[in-house]
Amino acid sequence: MTAVQKSPAETATDAAVEFRGVSRVFGETRALDGLDLALRRGELLALLGPSGCGKTTALRLLAGFDRPTSGEIRIDGTDVTGVPASKRDTGMVFQAYSLFPTMTAAENVAFGLRMRKVGGAERSRRAAELLELVGLGDRGGSYPHELSGGQQQRVALARALAVRPSVLLLDEPLSALDARVRVQLRDEIRRLQLAEGITTLFVTHDQSEALAVADRVAVLNAGRMEQVDVPQEVYARPATPFVAEFVGVMNTVPVSGNRITPGAAETAQVRPEALLVGAPDGLAGTVLTSTFLGPVTRLVIRTEVGELTADAVTRPGLPGIGDATTVQISG
Amino acid sequence: MTRGRRWRVVVLALAALYFLIPLIASAEFSLRAPGGGYGVANYTRIAEDPVLLSALFTSLRIAVLTAVVVLLLVVPTAVWVRLRFPSLAAVLESATILPIVIPPVVMAAGIAFVQANLGGPVFRALFDSSTSALTPFYVILALPFAYRAVDNGLAAIPLRTLVEAARNLGAGMTTALVRVVLPAVRSAVLGAAFLTLALVLGEIVIARILLYTDTFPIAVVEVGRSAAGVSVALSLASLLLTWVLLLAVSFVGSRRRRSSRSRPSAPRRNP
Repeated sequence: MTAVQKSPAETATDAAVEFRGVSRVFGETRALDGLDLALRRGELLALLGPSGCGKTTALRLLAGFDRPTSGEIRIDGTDVTGVPASKRDTGMVFQAYSLFPTMTAAENVAFGLRMRKVGGAERSRRAAELLELVGLGDRGGSYPHELSGGQQQRVALARALAVRPSVLLLDEPLSALDARVRVQLRDEIRRLQLAEGITTLFVTHDQSEALAVADRVAVLNAGRMEQVDVPQEVYARPATPFVAEFVGVMNTVPVSGNRITPGAAETAQVRPEALLVGAPDGLAGTVLTSTFLGPVTRLVIRTEVGELTADAVTRPGLPGIGDATTVQISG
Repeated sequence: MTRGRRWRVVVLALAALYFLIPLIASAEFSLRAPGGGYGVANYTRIAEDPVLLSALFTSLRIAVLTAVVVLLLVVPTAVWVRLRFPSLAAVLESATILPIVIPPVVMAAGIAFVQANLGGPVFRALFDSSTSALTPFYVILALPFAYRAVDNGLAAIPLRTLVEAARNLGAGMTTALVRVVLPAVRSAVLGAAFLTLALVLGEIVIARILLYTDTFPIAVVEVGRSAAGVSVALSLASLLLTWVLLLAVSFVGSRRRRSSRSRPSAPRRNP
């Protein structure tokens, strides 16, 4: 990405959300260390990083549940750093268990409207509309404990969208769900987000989730931004060794030209799918582990340049554990 | 029947006898009619005795006042500590034990000293009636029990998430507390209120030492001196009242629990 220099005034107008030099210090730890990040209007930005990297801190600062030690947070160009959470105009979906247990799904969805003094008839109309939107039109009268985990998160999403917030905040909303429901709801969140055109900050530690739904991915490590870019770029051209390790699997190998060459001074980073197993001119090695993943089989191969991870299209005749094989950069 | 089960039945039977025999004996005693034979005369006298009735109302008034003050103090404090000062929770927990381990008689002696030695219109007004004099001290007596009951209730709900969700949707702290947290811990709050009521309806030491004779427990003791049958009838009646209240609270509580189990350990059904 080419960096275009802009004056602060200019950035303020075209960014829906902006972190400017935001730090948050808890005792000795710097949870966030000078975070600069701007969300474009209508985009879904995934804030990705390992646990403790500061991504949840950033989200809580934006929601107003916490105050930054220094720096400034802007929503739609307005400084909201000192504005209380109840006046921030953000809609948040929590990890789990956030529905009000003594209210029905419809009452939960209508809660934000009630706080904004919207009339009863309009409230129920909007709640019904939102529940319909998340595919729970017939469950408005159900209490949270009568809904499955996935349904509860749908209601939570409807509740966050009901007040038409300027930013949607998703705090690992899928992490408490089982795998199948997770993928289904993930795609649905993306569909809704595109349909509503709402600026969204999606906090997750799951890189496949981030790559799958985000317009841009921001990788955070130890309170610092490592890289912000479209998923394809983050995957193909990781800016730092940390990003390379954290997003997908990366092999670092000595190369000469485009071939793995033991002892070469130059190194390259190669994804598992870019390695060819059984290549005629390949480097000799022994298969350590073989993991069947469906369409591909992941092999860890011990070679003289170290252990390499390679994904081979699943087919008969692939080397098994203990077999000798060769490996080379494909193409 | 296995050996273990047989022992359980024996222990249960012994415990039942231990509790039931005095109750049955009391009931039998309270039903004796003065001229021999049985009747409900002792019970009808409760309703007819103006001193007893006014004592009952005085104590109920103190009890309700105490419960209201205790809840107003305890609920926001417990929520505040859990949200803002979780590190203080342990300190507060041991502090709430103090009134339990210090016998009421110690507190009563201290209060008596204050009552005797501090003048001024404020103090005189405070000690003027049993309601204004006793309520503050009963509040202190009830605080630890109520705090524990409410705090346990709060521990069972995802408090922080619920409050943050409410605030995110535009609710202020008070609204979040009243609309979201309070309904979710209703049974715990009711339990705290009930404990307070029971405590006040049975407190005798402080009232005695401060020389307030118009409360219900004191009246029961006084009646016992002249009419033992009425006193026992009263005790049984108040025990019954306690049971009814307890049952009511546990009924409401269990209904709440069933409808507030909103935290599944795993998704139960497909979405």
